[in-house]
Amino acid sequence: MKTSISNGMTADALSALAGEGFSRRNFFRATGALIVSFSMSPEQKAEAQTGTPGVPTRPVLLTAVDSWIAIAADESVTAYAGKCDFGQGFRTVQHQLVAEELGVPLARVKMVICDTAVCPDQGVSSGSQGHTTQFGAGALRTALATARQALLGMAAQQLNVPVAQLMVEDGVVSLKTDRTTGISYGKLIGGKKISLSLDARAVVKDPSTYKILGTSVPRYDIPTKATGEFEYVHNVRVPAMVHGKVVRPPTVGAKLVSVDENSVKGMPGNVRVLVRRDFVGVIADTQWEAIKAAERLVVKWSAGDKLPDQATLYSVMRKMASRDVYTVLASDVDAKLTAAARRFQATYFHPFQMHGSLGTSCAVADVKGTGAGTTATVWSASQGIYPQRDSLALILGTAKENIRCVFVEGSGCYGLNGVDSVAYDAAVMSQLSGRAVRLQYSRRDEMTGAESFGPAYTIDLRAGVNDQGQMTAWDYESWTFTKGNRPNATTPGNVYSGGLLGYAAPAVVPAAATPPTAYSNNGNIASSYGSGCVGNSCGGTGNVSGERILTHTIPSPFYTGPLRSPNRLQNTFANESFVDEVAAGLGQDPVSYRLRHLTDPRLVDVLNGAARGAKWETRPSPKPGNAKTGVVSGRGVAIVFYEGNNGYGGLVAEVEVDQDSGEVVVKRLVMSNDSGPISNPDGLRAQMEGGALQGMSRALYEEVKWNAESITSVDWRRFPVFKFGTFMPVVETVLIDRPDKPHMGAGETIITVVAAALANAIFDATGARVREVPFTPDRVLAALQARA
Amino acid sequence: MAELSLAVNGGSNVIDVDPDCPLLFVLMDAYGLKGPKFGCGLGQCGACTVLMDGEPYRSCTLACSEATGKILTLEGLGTVDEPHPIQKAFIEEQALQCGFCISGPVLYGKAFIDNNPGATEAQILEALSGILCRCYAHPRMVKALVRYAKEVRA
Repeated sequence: MKTSISNGMTADALSALAGEGFSRRNFFRATGALIVSFSMSPEQKAEAQTGTPGVPTRPVLLTAVDSWIAIAADESVTAYAGKCDFGQGFRTVQHQLVAEELGVPLARVKMVICDTAVCPDQGVSSGSQGHTTQFGAGALRTALATARQALLGMAAQQLNVPVAQLMVEDGVVSLKTDRTTGISYGKLIGGKKISLSLDARAVVKDPSTYKILGTSVPRYDIPTKATGEFEYVHNVRVPAMVHGKVVRPPTVGAKLVSVDENSVKGMPGNVRVLVRRDFVGVIADTQWEAIKAAERLVVKWSAGDKLPDQATLYSVMRKMASRDVYTVLASDVDAKLTAAARRFQATYFHPFQMHGSLGTSCAVADVKGTGAGTTATVWSASQGIYPQRDSLALILGTAKENIRCVFVEGSGCYGLNGVDSVAYDAAVMSQLSGRAVRLQYSRRDEMTGAESFGPAYTIDLRAGVNDQGQMTAWDYESWTFTKGNRPNATTPGNVYSGGLLGYAAPAVVPAAATPPTAYSNNGNIASSYGSGCVGNSCGGTGNVSGERILTHTIPSPFYTGPLRSPNRLQNTFANESFVDEVAAGLGQDPVSYRLRHLTDPRLVDVLNGAARGAKWETRPSPKPGNAKTGVVSGRGVAIVFYEGNNGYGGLVAEVEVDQDSGEVVVKRLVMSNDSGPISNPDGLRAQMEGGALQGMSRALYEEVKWNAESITSVDWRRFPVFKFGTFMPVVETVLIDRPDKPHMGAGETIITVVAAALANAIFDATGARVREVPFTPDRVLAALQARA
Repeated sequence: MAELSLAVNGGSNVIDVDPDCPLLFVLMDAYGLKGPKFGCGLGQCGACTVLMDGEPYRSCTLACSEATGKILTLEGLGTVDEPHPIQKAFIEEQALQCGFCISGPVLYGKAFIDNNPGATEAQILEALSGILCRCYAHPRMVKALVRYAKEVRA
């Protein structure tokens, strides 16, 4: 078995239980040993490499320090975490965190992440929340601080001095005044079993004193990735493994009628056909044999669902029965709109979009035994390795304790692509066949339902402005789709493959909206300019108090799920376009007009940071003097306080628009970010740059397409994205470091603001407003024709 | 099935395989190589790129029977301990995120720059036309390739 990347059964933990005479299950229940200093027998080492499917092999309780950290006699530190790295470099930051908080050299730290058998259950690792959670209370950072505190306490006893006289450097505790007194962590523990619970009061390091965090430590994974040595989930191989291929219904929602197994009889590769409810697949000895068999297999399907007409989708969705939610509901919105000196309104449209991971989703599953004795090991690139284990228990008919899900990095996923679906498929194929199965989707499999799309939106906005130019009312009403989400223990039907197995996605029950009881802007539904007043408290970042924010959610024809900046991107496209429309209508500079409505100084700083970085020229849009034909240039700005509590981002975009062809070329992107203390400046820059260009691709090119019964955007030709060779904007980053503030996410701030900044830049260049994503040449030409 | 002779990363083997089988699956499964990757199977993204006699090919649409030249994959270029200068450039520029696409930018870039060491940044970009990187590490990849071109010239 070659799972060296994430296989985490640690030598340390295993030897601890041997030394303490615990059985695995007892050890799991016990609080356990903080530090382990035994050596291991070859047999133990062999077992440590593979672990035992389904049986937790070390404590994974969130509250026990030894769930998180083991320090060996050789002073090496192994840290365990349930937050994974999806190519954004988070694992490198986790190393930095361990070295920093514990006071050991970086080279001494080994991370084991996201293996349900050996790592603390930290739920889902979504893009912007991994960072926050890891640095918050109750997680790895607190465990590290607790351990350091305990070790200092032990040293104080041994040296018979108060803790205040001690210091830690390179894993050695010594008197501040006499470094020769040093005792290493390994010696302090001396093989003893020490039970510790996470102490929420343990003092974490002050970020202003960071020496390892806050520096641009190069990423651990890049050398192996650049040389082809890195093992992705796609490269996991298990002895006696076979390859699977799935056979999907050709139309959305079709059910299985019959499978003609004779149609593949005699094909090479020991082909077998596997069926469970509406799931159909084949296995064979090699990938190519499985592909050929899947192509040949004759399957009859029922008619599918009747899909809504794509051409009229945005008007149809307004009329459907919906589940309605108010985010804010001020009582005086209509009165303020009526009393306003100027009123503005506009409607924005955002399509269904795909994650469009470069590699199709892949998983390897090894299911053994039958009935309640079923055990399984699943190698998966899911963002939710723990909920995946729990939902697999339901699918495979066994207890979750019998299932081990091992995270192995896949192709960048940006949310909920097909990784959970493919894990279900592989596990079911393994259970049906009794063989270990590797399954990688075809491009069409991935794009026709296996991944959960980001949902379409129609958003109406109205604003009222007083005679001083101040906005007094902001009225938002949107319609959006949903079907499923990330799966959890009871909802494998939240994703496509769960649906094929007969698990339904939870229904959308129509319901009228009631007034909100507390303010949350988690979905960035409210703009940055509202005061966000609910009850007696105001949680917004602006001064517009006449605020009404209403969302209608309707059942989706396709599975939907969190696509990088889920819903926040769609809402921010509308909100940040609209404030620009108001500013333009009043003849105001877009930056200055935003500033007069903002109350949050950090949002002010990211706005000013991006504007200064771009050498923003203060003047209203559109740009004076631009011709009405030919190529013209312009600039636009947009900002966000991501999720209302999870990172600030600002962007100035400069574009050229060819008014004859409708082509938009992005020339320059200047972005600013504030996510609290910066853990790794170069890593942060990489996230911002990638987010900016991915957001640009989504804004200019990306849209899921379908006909009466099937999804038609099934490959990169029919789902165009930004490619090399198109054009190449200059990309510049402005980092705002806040060592005195809590850590926030940084993976989704910038992508959230790109579509609006580009729409605003197109307007600045041409005086034409594009209100529908993506800004294809046709739509730009239509907007140019419609301009006043 | 047919016996085919393949020359991969400096070695030479005779393998028994369906001559229509795309080279990619043979590299992944028979050779256990991790450099070339399956991204689309349609020749649209570049994740499966290999060099054959120095020219880039999409191994997902190249039948084994057509792979008659000397095949070089990402791992044939260099190792972590001794990376090829172009790999070194990508490492130094931290020019990837998930890295799944990396065979495309590295091998298309290498083939072009080795033949055109004086190429401008715009020409290098043009040579990568149609290659996909969905994490959009493009700016850093371009920097890495410009750095490599400088090294080839030196």
